[in-house]
Amino acid sequence: MASYRYAVSVMPKPGILDPQGRAVEQSLPHLGVDSVHAVRVGRRVELTVESPDEHAARSVVDRLAGELFANPLIEEWRVEAVGAASSVRSAERA
Amino acid sequence: MRVGVVVFPGSNCDRDALHASRLAGADAVSLWHETPDLRGADLVILPGGFAYGDYLRAGVLARFSPIMAKVREHAARGGLVLGICNGFQVLAEAGLVPGALLRNASLRFEHRWVRLSVERRDTPFTRAVPAGMSLRMPVAHGEGCYYLPEDDLARLEASGRVLFRYAEPEGNPNGSLHDIAGVMDSGGRVCGLMPHPERASEALLGSDDGLLLLRSLVESGAVGMPA
Repeated sequence: MASYRYAVSVMPKPGILDPQGRAVEQSLPHLGVDSVHAVRVGRRVELTVESPDEHAARSVVDRLAGELFANPLIEEWRVEAVGAASSVRSAERA
Repeated sequence: MRVGVVVFPGSNCDRDALHASRLAGADAVSLWHETPDLRGADLVILPGGFAYGDYLRAGVLARFSPIMAKVREHAARGGLVLGICNGFQVLAEAGLVPGALLRNASLRFEHRWVRLSVERRDTPFTRAVPAGMSLRMPVAHGEGCYYLPEDDLARLEASGRVLFRYAEPEGNPNGSLHDIAGVMDSGGRVCGLMPHPERASEALLGSDDGLLLLRSLVESGAVGMPA
């Protein structure tokens, strides 16, 4: 078994009202910033999967992304592998 | 008629729902979310609150509690299910009713009295509501803005599955599309709504209009109204 680390970025779909982004945008004048617009706020989930191979690890993350981390009706997501160098074999770690 | 009220970690309207169910004439029991047993309930209520702290997205973590498999089976058999506020969010995340509840367009947590128009009275949820009567109930939520993509929304409307809408004078508190406050599944046996009928179940609370929904359900359960 090896460890694979991923990051899942979840964002509201284009066209979906994002009150968090709007609230952030409305606060910007308080910082003296008037050059920023179209603020959208999402979330990022990082996780490590124990798996015999990368393909199987990736399919676990894809499932979680679509069923749990994001609601496909209102959000879109992107999965990326992170810290590939830290994906060490469990046996080596032990 | 037996009502089972599911208790998730973070539910906070479960006792109100038990109390209101008993006022409506039902036998009512609590159902712990980790115990996959509906205890013979004819109607399952998913109550308001903040199940699992609303972490990740309101309702999504509760969707995976062990009891939800039983709630899903119950619904598939034509059993009655009512999701109130956070319970509506759980039903929507579970796909047991259509749509999603977004953060309120107002950017605020909306805690106030609203008026609801009742779009249909031929359902197990509304059969005891007198013709022409609108209902006064409170809302208390941060994520109640009903959303469904345009085509799906048109289908929902065409199939008569919008059961409650926010009405004047208070109007729409959260930016919901088509002023939608409550919807049903395709079988008409599962309903989710954002306002709290259990918080409007005694005149002392400011309104007892909400009791009409629970009375409707008790009557429906008693006569075994078909889907």
